[in-house]
Amino acid sequence: MNNKENFLKGIFSENPVFMLVLGMCPVLAITTTVTNALGMGLAFTFVLIMSNVIISLIRKFIPNDIRIPAYIVVIATVVTIVDMFMHAYAFSLYESLGIFIPLIVVNCVVLGRAEAFASKNGVFASFIDALGMGAGFTLSITLISTVREVLGSGTFLGIDIFPFDLVQPASIFVIAPGAFITLGILLGIINTIRFKRAKKAQAKE
Amino acid sequence: MNFGQLVALAFSAILIQNVMLTQFLGTCPFLGVSKKSQSAIGMGLAVIFVITLSSILTWSVYWLVLDPLGLEYMRTIVFILIISGVVQFVEMFIKKTAPAIYKMLGIYLPLITTNCAVLGVALININKEFNFIEMVVYSVGISVGYALVIYVFSTIRERIEKAPIPESFKGTPIALIIAGLMSIAFIGFAGIL
Repeated sequence: MNNKENFLKGIFSENPVFMLVLGMCPVLAITTTVTNALGMGLAFTFVLIMSNVIISLIRKFIPNDIRIPAYIVVIATVVTIVDMFMHAYAFSLYESLGIFIPLIVVNCVVLGRAEAFASKNGVFASFIDALGMGAGFTLSITLISTVREVLGSGTFLGIDIFPFDLVQPASIFVIAPGAFITLGILLGIINTIRFKRAKKAQAKE
Repeated sequence: MNFGQLVALAFSAILIQNVMLTQFLGTCPFLGVSKKSQSAIGMGLAVIFVITLSSILTWSVYWLVLDPLGLEYMRTIVFILIISGVVQFVEMFIKKTAPAIYKMLGIYLPLITTNCAVLGVALININKEFNFIEMVVYSVGISVGYALVIYVFSTIRERIEKAPIPESFKGTPIALIIAGLMSIAFIGFAGIL
């Protein structure tokens, strides 16, 4: 597998949100506005890159039996750095993401990549893997939050896109049920496209 | 805080601020182990047990050790280590003392370490500055609410298996939409208090 495939698999074939359906808590909770989603995506990508690189660097020194606690300590350290950094330099974002920044520690995607990829591959490959996964995650939550923000509050990145109250926004998309329903319908649409492609490929053969 | 207020806190933790349907904590096991009602009950009981125990421990460590020493910033690392320790300990303890319960809960216990509801509740307890009794009531309430919702959800999913659903909506997509509808129903409880 070359670097390009390694990077692109995080966005398409192994997209953590739409393909693997992992790490759903932040996906549902913080996608109320596009700004929040971008902030979360950046924080998440940073944690993923740092933890993948560090774990890949020390993978030969960690005894096999205690590898999971060791990974968790590395991830928790990186998350604490992000938490303190956001508290100092992006306070409004820190406030709106709330407990979901410390909760990156228990996100299955981060631990999953450490266990499945960084513990077996070199530093550079792990870096590319984390970059791809982070980009896939960020793009997915940006898509979900775009749907929710446009339909739910009639804005995009905080700018009113329906002037003069032409369309009344449906506020259900901003509250909790909207998160589940939006993600469910988007997953359904993506599955439909996937099945159609698979059928076409089969017909060709 | 008098008795009435504690009852109100417990009620709001179980239904109004339901950890799964309004705060989105613990979504992975919620979608993962809710296909059969039997396994949903096992997961629900394991969650009640672990959340209560780990909340008491994390709360005590934070207010008795970290806060006096000025080490609040260490809480994420300390909490996650306590939680994985508790899960391991509970697993060994149940295996020795109650093999029957172990048989029922065994495979769900290791999964709980990555259940964000456990760490989430531990952090919420600190953020809301609860005292000891409030913390216990809130943690038990939250975990009972989680167990309740995962059981109800699993019974709906058992029925939906037999329903004619479009191929591309089978599995997770329809489960998410059901969770959305349940969430709408739970919003109704907000009017009671």
